[in-house]
Amino acid sequence: MSSNNNILVKLNNAGYQHNNKWLVKGVSLSVEKGKIVTLIGPNGSGKSTTAKIALGIYKKIDGEVEKYTNKVGYVPQKISIDWTLPLRVHDFMLLTENLDDEAINKALSLTGVIHLKDKNLGNLSGGEFQRVLLARAISKKPELLVLDEPVQGVDFTGEIALYELIKKISDELNCGILLISHDLHTVMSATDHVVCLNGHVCCSGSPIDVARNNEYKALFGEQASQILTRYEHKHDHEHSNDGSIKKN
Amino acid sequence: MFDDFFIRALVAGLGVAFVTGPLGCFVIWRRLSYFGDTLAHSALLGVTLAYSFEINIAFSVFIISSLIALILIQLQKRTNLPGDALLGLLAHSSLAVGLVVIGFLTFIRFDIMGLLFGDILAVTVDDLLIIWIGGALILLVLKLIWKPLFASTVNYELAEAEGLNPDRAKAIFTILMAGIIAISIKMVGLLLITGMLIIPAAMARNISDSPQKMVVYSIIGGLLSVIIGLFSSLEFNTSSGPSIIAAALFLFILSLLNIKQSIKLKN
Repeated sequence: MSSNNNILVKLNNAGYQHNNKWLVKGVSLSVEKGKIVTLIGPNGSGKSTTAKIALGIYKKIDGEVEKYTNKVGYVPQKISIDWTLPLRVHDFMLLTENLDDEAINKALSLTGVIHLKDKNLGNLSGGEFQRVLLARAISKKPELLVLDEPVQGVDFTGEIALYELIKKISDELNCGILLISHDLHTVMSATDHVVCLNGHVCCSGSPIDVARNNEYKALFGEQASQILTRYEHKHDHEHSNDGSIKKN
Repeated sequence: MFDDFFIRALVAGLGVAFVTGPLGCFVIWRRLSYFGDTLAHSALLGVTLAYSFEINIAFSVFIISSLIALILIQLQKRTNLPGDALLGLLAHSSLAVGLVVIGFLTFIRFDIMGLLFGDILAVTVDDLLIIWIGGALILLVLKLIWKPLFASTVNYELAEAEGLNPDRAKAIFTILMAGIIAISIKMVGLLLITGMLIIPAAMARNISDSPQKMVVYSIIGGLLSVIIGLFSSLEFNTSSGPSIIAAALFLFILSLLNIKQSIKLKN
């Protein structure tokens, strides 16, 4: 792969072990400006671990990480806020960056939680909190966004809207996104590059390449493969009831 | 109207309260009460060394407390013992070693009660300088590391991922803890320093809905505790430390009324 200055973060054969057990091994991938890279894989396949390697949270790693930006927004998979901290949504938005009120309001409006601005973080529902987490990550206008299951617990319509928002943000800010998701349907339509993990990179490429890959099929089953390929099928036409192409 | 020693004690106590206010909030948020206790217990060793080598008490307490903090971090890395066991081990052994050393120093008369519970009569003009200059320094550094320290208190991985270097902030905070113990040991006494850190902050938690408010209320609570405590200490001829802490407890109990009200409002 030729080096170019669009690369935000690059993993070279990276791995991480904990208590003498490899959580993930031999991962190579890179996230570029304006591109969405999605990590998929079963539970325990090392998706979050890979994200944490890319973010520099895990330091004693195998292989190498090259990070070319410090403007990072992160939505972790799990986060527990302690009740000993009196923390409103507004305070949380300012956690790692000094933002003006306008930027805070804009981000909270985008994810649809502006009405919660003065609420205590501990009183939010799971879905509401997830929207706040996403708002916080995008509010600082990051160059690299790492989203670890960003829509978990969000209602169905909200989920679609948030994925659209993520796609929009990637275009508007021209930021690179490393996305982890279980939802093959909604994610695949926007993804540029898919990395399928199962303790190692089992396959990677464009969604259609991955969907056709036999290892992917073995891991997720035939049905999941169909989901992926469906999105490669671009509808520039309509079907009649019998399946033939409608003539306009 | 008041004797000089009382004015000195008041100025010293108010200086301490300004610093324990914000530090105490972090002690509560980061669950460091027992860590504070351990550092404070080790202060006795610092005091005895100060007497043995005729060096400044605050300085020697600061060095010993920092050293104990370092040892704790190493023990946490190298043993499989749980954190609270290590804290207990260090707290009691450093207190014991301190008392044993005192036993050897027969040529010096120690006011043990003063060391343990504070002695306002002992506050000198030099102490005032140490408290106010040292305290100002601690607050300045705390302001500088506020963002990474607070962010990593909320969530370590977020702070680390977004480039705030939480480990450095944590290390600096540990040094600040050793610093506050060093400057407040004469006022409050080593057994009660943690009380001065956490009780006003706990009171503040009950009446605040944002971190900034909690810090401000914690400082105000500390200042009031010092004023009420020292005046009653003068009035009833009690030790300064326990009087200040008792006053802080009184304020904490008052703040509980606020919780009851806000719970009612919610329902």
